[in-house]
Amino acid sequence: MFFGIEWDTSSQWAFAVSIFPILLHGLVITLEATVVGFFIALALGLVLAALKSAPTRFIRWPAKLLTEFIRDTPLLIQLFFLFYVLPEFGLTLPAFLTGALALGVQYSAYTSEVYRGGLEAVASGQREAARALNLAPARTFTHIILPQAIPRIIPALGNYLVSIMKDVPVLGVVTVLEMLGVARIIGDRTGGYLIPLTMVGGIYLILTIIASLGVRYLDTHLPKRGLSLK
Amino acid sequence: MNNATEIRDATESSDPIIKFDKVVKRFGDHVVLDELDFEVQRGEKVTIIGPSGSGKSTVLRVLMTLEPINDGVVYVGGEPLWHQRRGDELIPAGEPHLREMRSHMGMVFQQFNLFPHMTVLRNLTEAPVQVLGINKAEAKKRGMELLEMVGLTDQADKYPHQLSGGQQQRVGIARALAMRPKVMLFDEPTSALDPELVGEVLNVIRSLADEHDLTMLLVTHEMHFARQVSDRICFFDQGRIKEQGKPEDIFTAPKEERTKAFLKAVLDPDD
Ligand SMILES: Nc1ncnc2c1ncn2[C@@H]1O[C@H](COP(=O)(O)OP(=O)(O)OP(=O)(O)O)[C@@H](O)[C@H]1O
Ligand SMILES: [Mg+2]
Repeated sequence: MFFGIEWDTSSQWAFAVSIFPILLHGLVITLEATVVGFFIALALGLVLAALKSAPTRFIRWPAKLLTEFIRDTPLLIQLFFLFYVLPEFGLTLPAFLTGALALGVQYSAYTSEVYRGGLEAVASGQREAARALNLAPARTFTHIILPQAIPRIIPALGNYLVSIMKDVPVLGVVTVLEMLGVARIIGDRTGGYLIPLTMVGGIYLILTIIASLGVRYLDTHLPKRGLSLK
Repeated sequence: MNNATEIRDATESSDPIIKFDKVVKRFGDHVVLDELDFEVQRGEKVTIIGPSGSGKSTVLRVLMTLEPINDGVVYVGGEPLWHQRRGDELIPAGEPHLREMRSHMGMVFQQFNLFPHMTVLRNLTEAPVQVLGINKAEAKKRGMELLEMVGLTDQADKYPHQLSGGQQQRVGIARALAMRPKVMLFDEPTSALDPELVGEVLNVIRSLADEHDLTMLLVTHEMHFARQVSDRICFFDQGRIKEQGKPEDIFTAPKEERTKAFLKAVLDPDD
């Protein structure tokens, strides 16, 4: 029994059917961690991107160094830092939040590059034309640069959403009961690992295919020339 | 000289509207404008010609405040462009000063640089509404007038990519005019166009050249056109004006060897 749900070991089919709702409980945690981690990555990435294009190198360099550090170290290190080191300084976060935060921090390094790349890909002539017309820098950013950068940025962010989802099982090591962890526990208790693990693989496959189709849809349907302004 | 006379001088129409005073522009060690002295009178139509890399675009880009200078002073309407006055001194200009000065100039780019995500009409109204504070209806009305001037009223609701290159550049000209500049800068406005589309753009520029008050600074390789519309031709070489004068003089009787060689190369390239 798990999450108050009994499993039925009378046949393989019955077993699979009976553990499905248990796995869905895990799936909900997985999706929650994905979404929360993703939003942290979106916000933190924006901050990092802004710092990396700051006017002074005393801000730019530390931000770039931090990005490199995050990118070049395993997610598990960020996770352990947040889970074991922060409490040494008196800050203890719930396991789920710690996990989502670790995902967010890890992926902010990537999203910041997506933002930066997307903004830099807008032709320099666009900035020059805006300047020649005396448009204010803020207006240039929000109405000239951003609408042209977003169609490049969104599909790339979508790909990272999928990656985050696939990284969620790592949170199992800090006791977050996400879907793969649930499957393993079912295996531990029933002695049958093949079915729960295969089902988790199948669920992941379906989710990833759906997400990838979504990303591809965005990629082909977002206007390459920018979000149109009449 | 006290301030009062300075300001009166600045508004007197006999003064040059543009004046480069020993202007130096470098990219690294590469000197692109070499103590350039250059003046343009109000309403004058000046064409800059010269070999690639001689600094033609740089002159326009400096005027449009897209490229800062390293030394010397540029004056527009008697006011220093890249400097502002503090007492008798000239100090590097801040953004508010640059904004103010920029409003006198309009620029037409070789690559058009239209905003691809905005309709043609929106391209013409965005800056007037945001920068000049004109209300939307008024800006649209004025935008349509400008489109009529460049013969594109039927394209108002299209996006730039739906237009031919020649049409896009006509929109580019209209967009610059929408800000009511005193000086129009054209940097090779027809160089990116297929040959059959050059004429329609030149016709629009030609009609602008008839406007008495508008000062025009044109970089082009269209020598025949330059000869028709210009009051003066400046031949640039290595960041300086090597030779300048009336079109008929420059084109029929150039004095400098460099000018002769350049004109020979562009006028009959098959020799
Ligand atoms: N951003 C830059 N960085 C470095 N060098 C530059 C830059 N912009 C221009 N230059 C150099 O400055 C010189 C003058 O450039 P400019 O664009 O004014 O020439 P031009 O006379 O307009 O030539 P063209 O006929 O090819 O357009 C060239 O040698 C060019 O390579
Ligand atoms: Mg040039």
